[in-house]
Amino acid sequence: MKRKTGDGGWSPYLAGTLVGLLAIASVYATTQWLGKTSYLGASTTFVRAAGLLERTVAPDRVAANEYFTKEKVRVDWQFMLVLGIFLGALISSAMDRSFKLEGVPPRWEKRFGPSIGKRAAWAILGGIIAMVGARMADGCPTGHGLSGLMQLSVSGFVALAMFFSVGVFIAALVYGRRSS
Amino acid sequence: MSTDQWLGLITGVLFGFLLQKSRVLRFEKQIGAMLLKDMTIFKVMLSAILVGMVGIVLLTDAGIVTLGHKSMNLGAVLVGGVLFGAGWAIMGFCPGTSIGAVGEGRWHAVLAIIGMVVGAAVYAELYPFFKSTVFAWKDFGKIGLPETLGISPWVIIPLFWAGTISLFLWFEKKGL
Repeated sequence: MKRKTGDGGWSPYLAGTLVGLLAIASVYATTQWLGKTSYLGASTTFVRAAGLLERTVAPDRVAANEYFTKEKVRVDWQFMLVLGIFLGALISSAMDRSFKLEGVPPRWEKRFGPSIGKRAAWAILGGIIAMVGARMADGCPTGHGLSGLMQLSVSGFVALAMFFSVGVFIAALVYGRRSS
Repeated sequence: MSTDQWLGLITGVLFGFLLQKSRVLRFEKQIGAMLLKDMTIFKVMLSAILVGMVGIVLLTDAGIVTLGHKSMNLGAVLVGGVLFGAGWAIMGFCPGTSIGAVGEGRWHAVLAIIGMVVGAAVYAELYPFFKSTVFAWKDFGKIGLPETLGISPWVIIPLFWAGTISLFLWFEKKGL
């Protein structure tokens, strides 16, 4: 098995194994030090970020909102984990010089051209739909996929199957051969 | 910063580092998987799951950690799953990878993040409506595969390993 891939990355099997060890260590560490077992996740942080931002303009509305109250608008363990992903990616890409400023994804540009406005409109629309879905399902590919399957959660298997099968269908419509 | 914030930050830095090293933060990798042409994200995710499930089930059996299943609410997981899948394909990032993509300079992922923060605010407004409709259909609760099937996790895990490794061999054979 190759240790490096064509784009200078680590073998996905090696990186994945290390992510698995990190997930185990994280579950152990949160239980020991925080008193509550926490699993890797990301999408709840977007709720807290939305609440923090909305609170600056409409504090009463956030305080009165049932969902914000349920999820607790604060910078918690997962919020810092998500910020950490940013930092970790920055450190890693600076170290191996794969850091690259990019305004439009190359694959998108090939299909839809270099317009940032067009990409922005679709990225924002996709983001809204995806986050409404992730919050409804109560997880994203990290929380449901990674953490859910590790725990053999029924919801993890069903959610990941839904995410991926619909993703395959929509991606074929948007980027597939027939439409290009 | 408090202990939980520090612990989250350190875990996140390591997670982001590994995700970047495996190159899964790229728009191209996400779309590549959905077009069934580049299975890198599944190789990383499934390898992590293979290792993680053994450790987590062992720690649970030893009474050291507790499982935190998410609810198998039929409407929520199915409808939410459809919406997430569609949005994921359009934006080309998932919540965790979007923030990492910005870290490696792909700043267009900020647009996806803006969309997701707006989406979270929209969801918070719609929550009471979903609670009385979609969520009210059928809730199986926080269930795991072993108790649902009545099979020990130590039977499920070897089967899952065998299936996943066969899938990996097939990916490599097909050059995916």
